[in-house]
Amino acid sequence: MLQLFVTGQTPRSLRALANLRRICDARLPGRYELRVVDVLERPQMAEEARVLATPTLIRLQPAPPRRVIGDLSDERRVVDGLELDGASGASFSVS
Amino acid sequence: MTSDRASAPALLPKLPTGIAGFDFIAQGGIPAGRTTLVSGTAGSAKTVFASQFLAEGVRRHGESGVFVTFEEAADDIRRNMRSLHWPIEAWEREGKWAFVDASPVAGEDGPVVGDYDLGGLLARIENAVRRTDARRVSLDSVATIFARFADHATVRSELLRITQALRAMGVTSLITAERSHEYGEIARYGVEEFVTDNVVILRNVLEDERRRRTIEILKFRGAPHGKGEYPFTIVPGDGLVVIPLSAIELQQHSSDVRVSSGNRELDRMCGGGFFRDSIILVSGATGTGKTLMTAEFLNGGVAAGEKCLVFAFEESREQLMRNARGWGVDFAAAEAGGLLRLSCEYPEVMGLEDHLIRMKTEIEAFGPQRVAVDSLSALERISSPRGFREFVIGLTSFVKHRQVAGLFTSTTPSLLGGDSVTDAHISSITDSIILLRYVEIFGEMRRGATVLKMRGSMHEKQIREFAIDGTGMHIGRAFSNVQGILAGRPRQVSASELDRLGTLFADE
Repeated sequence: MLQLFVTGQTPRSLRALANLRRICDARLPGRYELRVVDVLERPQMAEEARVLATPTLIRLQPAPPRRVIGDLSDERRVVDGLELDGASGASFSVS
Repeated sequence: MTSDRASAPALLPKLPTGIAGFDFIAQGGIPAGRTTLVSGTAGSAKTVFASQFLAEGVRRHGESGVFVTFEEAADDIRRNMRSLHWPIEAWEREGKWAFVDASPVAGEDGPVVGDYDLGGLLARIENAVRRTDARRVSLDSVATIFARFADHATVRSELLRITQALRAMGVTSLITAERSHEYGEIARYGVEEFVTDNVVILRNVLEDERRRRTIEILKFRGAPHGKGEYPFTIVPGDGLVVIPLSAIELQQHSSDVRVSSGNRELDRMCGGGFFRDSIILVSGATGTGKTLMTAEFLNGGVAAGEKCLVFAFEESREQLMRNARGWGVDFAAAEAGGLLRLSCEYPEVMGLEDHLIRMKTEIEAFGPQRVAVDSLSALERISSPRGFREFVIGLTSFVKHRQVAGLFTSTTPSLLGGDSVTDAHISSITDSIILLRYVEIFGEMRRGATVLKMRGSMHEKQIREFAIDGTGMHIGRAFSNVQGILAGRPRQVSASELDRLGTLFADE
């Protein structure tokens, strides 16, 4: 279960979304759920999640939550940050 | 932006901060619709300033506020501000106050991969402003966010974007920033580069082993303001209180009404008593009778049905009562009757600024017609010369402003003659100066009193001898055949010499 907070349809937002989809489709095909939150439309959700930077990617499940900030342009570091690899990668197949 | 500059070149509207004294030196408050940078070292009361600005809006102007906290969790601020008696939680429930909690939580900051901005923060602030219809926003303190995000250029440009957004919404905002030194760069991380128009500096300086808090308005672009550092303190219930000493105008009214000094002979020496709203300085060495003169001054007030308040810094209540009894003055009865209040405090229990606030509060609460301070010089030892001067000016102007007669005593360091630092600081501000001196004549110590100065009135120029007994002070005849009393070197003058001096200036 992933949440991606972005600000509107900016090139940076779109870039982050495209990067994320590419990474997840390659590593977790059909095994992930992604919700995109536009902070301009849903500021209350940003408030509740205490998001400052956009884009912010939050891995909600499995716990504990993990965050990565930025347009996710470096696949290796996104994978590390979300712990999509190895043992944690196996337990990721919940949804 | 060009339009508002063109339409209002002279008068920039200000928004009161509710900080007593600050709004005075800021000539109304901080510039409305703009961003003001409040910079200070750790512990310089930035958070109190930021909170008070919002609390003032809620309490007195019906304006909601948004507090964006980068450093402390919102819960900590709610708790810390409770000591200042601001019901922040109640205001939150009523939609008058909102927090945007941007404080760091362990483990919440993930790695940064690629470009980002602070769009989430901006959206949250805008949301809170819209939700509460806020007119005031405080951001406290931005140093933390620079520590969290490595790309300082991005953080700076994003904070600039936030201030511009707030300005576009017509909100007046305040940003606090850290500085590493009391005298040096304006703020860390170059915050002043994006909030350049209005800068306020809070200082917490160690001076002569004492903490001294000051506030300075470095600039208000296009708006007038008081210059220099002003001392301030923090008072429960009031928050920051700035003492705008050098800014106090000397425009007090002067009254022609005389009040009794409590001693008939002294009244005569002063040309009929003290003026109702005047400040009298009684200066003398230890044991010359300053406290006695204070007691008589208070006694005279009580006898005339006036309320009297005395601040004693050298003696305890018991000592004061006992001494007064020894001169036939009953302080206990006067206090029980509600006309007298003794306020005894050792100078060292608090800083001089706090003493001043406390004294003002007591004067306001009791509403006396007479105030005595015994002695001012006891306070001198807990402060720097500059701090002391500011204190004296602050106290005298406050007392005069309330049309109260004030009698302050000052102890001279040497037994014979001489003057004290207190005298030097205060003599130009006081309306009257009475000197009490030891006079050594033929191997015997006697006491002399003289009215050195009495603004706006004739007064005796002689040095009169006085005695002290169980019924108080008895002023007798002038010293004759003695010279050099004031200088502390009394010298006998023979009668023939006096005669010669007399004829020297005789009319033709």
